[in-house]
Amino acid sequence: MRAVTQVYEGGFSDAVFNSQKVFRALMDAMASPGRAIEIGNLAAAPSPISSVAASVAATLFDHDATVWCDKSITSSAAAIGWLKFHTGLELTSNPSDAQFALIGDLETMPSLESFAKGTSEYPDRSTTIILQIDGFNGPEELTLSGPGIKGTQGFAPSQLPKMFVDQWAANRGAFPRGIDLVFAGKGALAALPRTTRISKKEA
Amino acid sequence: MIESHSQLATYNFAYLDEQTKRMIRRAILKAIAIPGYQVPFASREMPMPYGWGTGGVQVTAAVIGPNDTLKVIDQGADDTTNAVSIRAFFQKVSNVQVTTKTTEATIIQTRHRIPETALQAGQTLVYQVPIPEPLRFLEPRETETRKMHALEEYGLMHVKLYEDIARHGRIATTYAYPVKVEGRYVMDPSPTPKFDNPKMHQSPALQLFGAGREKRIYAIPPYTEVVSLDFEDHPFEIQTFSEPCALCGAKGSYLDEVILDDKGGSMFVCSDTDFCEDRQAEGHRGHLSANPAQAAVNPAEAAE
Ligand SMILES: [Zn+2]
Repeated sequence: MRAVTQVYEGGFSDAVFNSQKVFRALMDAMASPGRAIEIGNLAAAPSPISSVAASVAATLFDHDATVWCDKSITSSAAAIGWLKFHTGLELTSNPSDAQFALIGDLETMPSLESFAKGTSEYPDRSTTIILQIDGFNGPEELTLSGPGIKGTQGFAPSQLPKMFVDQWAANRGAFPRGIDLVFAGKGALAALPRTTRISKKEA
Repeated sequence: MIESHSQLATYNFAYLDEQTKRMIRRAILKAIAIPGYQVPFASREMPMPYGWGTGGVQVTAAVIGPNDTLKVIDQGADDTTNAVSIRAFFQKVSNVQVTTKTTEATIIQTRHRIPETALQAGQTLVYQVPIPEPLRFLEPRETETRKMHALEEYGLMHVKLYEDIARHGRIATTYAYPVKVEGRYVMDPSPTPKFDNPKMHQSPALQLFGAGREKRIYAIPPYTEVVSLDFEDHPFEIQTFSEPCALCGAKGSYLDEVILDDKGGSMFVCSDTDFCEDRQAEGHRGHLSANPAQAAVNPAEAAE
């Protein structure tokens, strides 16, 4: 029963210190948008969940967190079983109800508009989307500015959601409402809080 | 007061259980994403009374790890009862390195001051906040202050500051002087002297604020615009001191008055003890530094 052992294995080897390490990476990433922060491979979940995405899930998800997973993840019983066993998360089928979203396939992901942006009185009641990508050496470099960034910061994720720059401008325009992004690459993560402005690098 | 070591020994690393840490960590991430906005969180009972900075302690406990070096200050000093107790608490429950040196610390928990030594990228300043809501004295109802923040209705705050000018000829607010963060949220910097407000602006350090009793966490990311509210004809000004520090001769640091005798004699010395001691160690002298050790170490005794 390989699928069964897959579900129970691969959690943090030290729940207290590994989650502290991953949280500090997430905190540094949110406080320094676009900067890739190494965390290594602390957790191992069944395909298609990557090690870094699994580490972020194990750090932030629990029974108080509603999570929307895309089809690439929900179609794997082992992947969903791992998330349930290791985090106790509350799954939702509605992205606009989700505190977190886990995206395995950026090609087919819903628009940012589909997720929770919070209310004007509670803008924190919004979705943090975790996007699985290959890494941070993509072909196109975006130029970031805003809180957390001294001057500008280059950001070149290997994949991006469709029409991302336009979608992000709309998200930025809704501030203080908005969604926040965590990019889970190989061995490292980066974040884009809703405050970040994007301009494509000038040729 | 803080419970004994044996009682604490059975608790998790950094005292809080993992589920509480997760909840606080999620709130911290949202706070960083929405600079100056107060994120509600389910504050926990801590083994110390509320006035002791339980909000800051919970934030530090959720953030701290084995590689951190912690500094704790109260009114700028590392050696007051509050600072010593909180530092001892974290040594017991997390066994982290502690320091009094601003430059060596990765996390600085503070009540009422920002260190004089400029903070660096990678450092985190955690404020203990008693009253996080800058509009509270204008409007006691939480539902209403929330609406005011949502609608950016900050006119009343300006009216209050302007009343100061009408009454005193200047803005008389000297502590908890309100700031606007990144052009959006009006925020209470906690009861720090307004002298420290400019240090919040474009700081390379991450600033986190924890209010335990009021159950709020808020943040200023590094390199973020923090502007003290003011008026064109009455611009924001920080306190200035007519004389330099009596012990280290520093000009431009925040000074506390220390009573020297019962005839009204006093001296003004840096409130940031680490900064002042560093300067004295570097050979800087103030006009009373002939006998600096006695005066600095035990001002109460000197007053007798
Ligand atoms: Zn001094």
